[in-house]
Amino acid sequence: MRNDRKRPLWLSVSALYVTALLATVFAFIIFCAVEGLFMSGPTLFTSTWAPEEQRFGILPMIAATAALSLSALALGWIVALGCLCHIHGFGGKISASLLSSLLRIMTATPTVVYGFASVFLLVPLIRGALGGSGFSWLTATLALALLITPTMVLAMEGAVTQVAEGSRLTAASLGFSRSEHFVFVVLPASGRWLRAAALLGFGRAAGDTMIPTMLAGNAVQYPLSPLDAIRTLTAHIGLVLSSDVGGTAYYSLFVAGGLLLALSVGANLLFRSVRRRGKL
Amino acid sequence: MKKYLIAAMICLFAASAFAAPLDSFKGQKGKIDIAGGTAHIPVMREAAKRIMSANPDIRITVAGGGSGVGVKQVGEGLVEIGNTGRPLKKDEIEKYGLVSFPFAIDGVAVVVNPANGVKELSFEQLIDIYAGKITNWKEVGGADGEINVYGREDGSGTREVFTDKAIKKGSVSAKTNVVNSNGAMKTAVAKDPRAIGYVGIGHIDSSVKAPLLAGMTATQENAANGSYTIVRDLFMNTKGEPQGLTALFVDYIYTPEGAQIIRDSGYIPLPRKK
Repeated sequence: MRNDRKRPLWLSVSALYVTALLATVFAFIIFCAVEGLFMSGPTLFTSTWAPEEQRFGILPMIAATAALSLSALALGWIVALGCLCHIHGFGGKISASLLSSLLRIMTATPTVVYGFASVFLLVPLIRGALGGSGFSWLTATLALALLITPTMVLAMEGAVTQVAEGSRLTAASLGFSRSEHFVFVVLPASGRWLRAAALLGFGRAAGDTMIPTMLAGNAVQYPLSPLDAIRTLTAHIGLVLSSDVGGTAYYSLFVAGGLLLALSVGANLLFRSVRRRGKL
Repeated sequence: MKKYLIAAMICLFAASAFAAPLDSFKGQKGKIDIAGGTAHIPVMREAAKRIMSANPDIRITVAGGGSGVGVKQVGEGLVEIGNTGRPLKKDEIEKYGLVSFPFAIDGVAVVVNPANGVKELSFEQLIDIYAGKITNWKEVGGADGEINVYGREDGSGTREVFTDKAIKKGSVSAKTNVVNSNGAMKTAVAKDPRAIGYVGIGHIDSSVKAPLLAGMTATQENAANGSYTIVRDLFMNTKGEPQGLTALFVDYIYTPEGAQIIRDSGYIPLPRKK
C-alpha cells in the first residue's frame, strides 16, 4: 500500500525520461516534415520520384504501403483466426499446445530471418510458378502475413481464454461440446477483441521495413498487379537514408515518416478505443 | 625454455610488423573531419576505426554528402579532407587551392545469371534494357524470357557510375527492382536466371557472370589499365598540402594496410602519384 502512495523517485524520472524522449522524436519528425513539405512543395503528392530532376512524388509509396499492409492483414487475420480455432476448440490438446508454443516463438523471431529465408525459398518459388522477378507485392504479402499472425493470435487469445473460462461451466451444463461452445458463445462474445487484434496487426504490417525492402522489389510504381514490384514508405525511407543524399530528398523522407507516424498513432488510438469498449 | 622464447619473439615480431602502418600515429593527438563522396565512406570509416583504436587520442569523423559537399566543405576549411568521386574542376582548384589524392578505382560491371547464354551486350542494348524498351532476352540473343531489371537506390555511388558511363545518363524504367547494396544485388542476380544488374567489380565472383560490354571485359586489371571504361577514380582532397595528422591519414591510406581496406571495400587501390 505504501508503494501506491509514495512512488520511488527513479520511477518518476524514468517515466519522464521516456516521455521526453518520445516527445522529442515526435517534435523532430513533425518539424522536419514541415520543412520537407515546404522544400519539395507541390511535387510531393505526385507519382514521380526522380530526385535528380527535383521531383519528389511519394504517392506510389503511400499506395504501396496501404496495399501491402491491407493485403497482409487480410491474409494474416484469417490465418490467425484459424490458429485460434485450432487452439481453442477444434484441435487436439497436444497439437493445440504445440501450435501455441510455436506461435510464441514466432513472435520473438527477428523479421530479417523471415526476409532472408524468403529471398532464398519464397522468391524463386513465385518467380518459377508465376513469372516476374519474384520480388513482388504478393511475395511481401505472404511473408508479412506470417510475421503479423502470431502477434494477432496472442492478442486474440488473451481475451478468448478469459471469455471461455467464464462460460465453460454454463455451456457444459447446456450440453455444448468444446467446439460448439467456442463457435456459438466465445467467438461472438469476443468480436471486439478480434477487431482490436486486426488493428494491432495492421500497425505492425504498415510499420515493418525489413520485409518490404528485401522482398517487395522497391520499384516506384502503383500496385496494379500482385506480381508488381512495389516500394513502401518504410522501405523508401530505409533506401534513401542509407545512401545519405541530403537536401530536399532527405527532408521529403520526413514527410513520409510523418505520414507513417500519423498512421500508427491513428491505428493505436483506434485500438485503445476498441479495447475500452470491449471491457464489460 | 629456449623454444618458448623464440616463439614469443616471433609473436612479438609478427605483432609489431602488423601494427607498423599505424605506428606513425603514436603520440599524436587531435581531430580529423572527413566529408564528401559516399563511395569513400567504407574505406574512410574502416581506416578511421583502426587509427582510433590504435590511438584513442585521435578523433576522426566521417560524413557523406556527395562530391559537391566534399569540395565545398574542404575548400571553406570546415573539414580537413573532402572526398570526391570525380576529378576536381579547374575553377575549384584555383578558387580553393585544393590538392587531390586519387587513391582507388571504382569500377562497375554489368552482371547476369551464370545460366544466361548472352555473351556480349552493346551500350545501345544496355540503354534500351534499362529504359524498358527491350524486355525479352530473345531480343539480345538470349533464350526467350522476360528480362528482370535490377538497379540500386538513389545516391548509390555504384549507381552513379553506371548511369553516367554505362547507360550514358539514359532513363531508368520505373519497373526496375531496387536493391540497397552490392551484396543484395549479387544475391538477386545469382538466384534469378532472367536477371540483369550491376555491381562493383570487386564483388564479382562465380555466383554471377559479367558479359562483355561493347567488347570490354570487366576485370580489376582492365579497370586499372584503362581498357575497361565503366570506372571512376576516388579522390581525397585537402586545402593545400596536407599537414600533421591529415598528412598521416593520407599516408596511411597509401600503405599496404590501406590498400587492403580499399580492396575489402570492393575498390582497386591506386599507388600514390609522385
